Amino acid sequence: MKVPGAGLAKGLAVTLRTMGRRSVTAQYPDVKPELPPRSRGVIALLEENCTVCMLCARECPDWCIYIDSHKETIPAPPGGRERQRNVLDRFDIDFSLCMYCGICIEVCPFDALFWSPEFEYAELDIRDLTHGKDRLGQWMPTVPPPPAHDEHGVRPKELDAAHKAVDKAVEP
Amino acid sequence: MTEVLEVVLRIVLVLGAFLVLPLLVGQTEHKAMAHMQSRLGPMYAGGFHGWAQLVADGVKFAQKEDVVPAAADRAVFKLAPAVAMIPYLVVLVAIPVGPGWVGHDLDAGLFFVLAVMGVGVLGALMAGWASANKFSLLGGLRTAAQLTAYELPFILAAASVAMAAGTLSLPGIVEAWEPWWLLWQLPGAVVFFVAGLAELQRPPFDMPVADSEIIFGAFTEYTGLRFAFFLLAEYAGIVVLCALTTVLFLGGWRGPFDDVLGVVWTLLKTLALAFVVIWLRVSYPRLREDQLQRLAWQGLVPVALGQLALTGVVAVMVS
Repeated sequence: MKVPGAGLAKGLAVTLRTMGRRSVTAQYPDVKPELPPRSRGVIALLEENCTVCMLCARECPDWCIYIDSHKETIPAPPGGRERQRNVLDRFDIDFSLCMYCGICIEVCPFDALFWSPEFEYAELDIRDLTHGKDRLGQWMPTVPPPPAHDEHGVRPKELDAAHKAVDKAVEP
Repeated sequence: MTEVLEVVLRIVLVLGAFLVLPLLVGQTEHKAMAHMQSRLGPMYAGGFHGWAQLVADGVKFAQKEDVVPAAADRAVFKLAPAVAMIPYLVVLVAIPVGPGWVGHDLDAGLFFVLAVMGVGVLGALMAGWASANKFSLLGGLRTAAQLTAYELPFILAAASVAMAAGTLSLPGIVEAWEPWWLLWQLPGAVVFFVAGLAELQRPPFDMPVADSEIIFGAFTEYTGLRFAFFLLAEYAGIVVLCALTTVLFLGGWRGPFDDVLGVVWTLLKTLALAFVVIWLRVSYPRLREDQLQRLAWQGLVPVALGQLALTGVVAVMVS
């Protein structure tokens, strides 16, 4: 049987119950949010790993990575010959264009780009959102260590290869 | 000399209650409503959980420009906030909070209180008419319609208590009150409280100020202190309605140890009712204009008339 006014009482009960619970408000500037480990905040650059292969700039869907470089000749070591090396002059990411797809980080063959969870880099001028290589390098310390491998998962091939190499070296 | 001093003291106390209690209710509304919606509400003003939020609001209102629209009826426009606010201050004088604790004990206190509370709504009507704004006018007309509909059950329910107590004096009603009246006068109490809410235009009866339809009804054109006065009038109205319901239906200062704690009982009951007002606001959606009218004429008026008949029969049987 339906009691008249049951709906009204139910409405009151919902609000009263909610008042008893903890509120969900995040007090953001006072309390920093707890971000999941793979949060996409900002892209960090490890300059030493970059070979100026331009893959990231070419794969970027909105062309927000700008790279300039020059070649440098390394003097020949004794008994060898001269080699050439690419030196990075400019590596800019324009975060006003970036859509945080992460393709640059995926395609980088030498692990020079990383996701950092830092997100507090708003600017008053849109032009200041273009981070140069120094600024991108400054994000590196904020990059969290990669999550541990799942112990029940398939072992990474690199690890197997390394173990095999060690075994071969130890017991010839 | 002492007589003059006593009068001054009473007036100062009433004025203090008029300035403090609405703020207390307002702050309670801020926090209770926030937590009922799983928010925190104000947290910064004053440092501890935003206790000074309404003080900050007051300072903000005082700083704002006082705009009067060019086409407005200036005198009426400027007078309206005072007309809305002062009646509640005057009503507060006649409400007893403890044995002997009353601003002025009137013989026809109930009559006086109901008559003066009716004046308060005139403020909204004046504001709606004088603003030279279609939304304001609509809000004012809705206020008028709501007032005519809900004043009747409001007064009928109050009349039932006066009949039961055999007096129109508010302290006299509290003296005559017995705990079993809670049950006897229950329908009247509900009608009185609901009709009072509607007269104050509190949600869910806030059709006249429905912000999503007519901006802020009669108060659309108001800024600064005058707007603050309307807000203060609303919260003072809550205090007055809750205090009146307490005095008429919940036995005022009566309760355990009421010879010492009488005032505390009145305040406690009043604040509990004020919490119910806030609670209703959070829980229920706004009533449509036709639903408002139907509730008043088909719901509250018959119940109030029934209560009146019941009161008459029981009163005769008891005596």
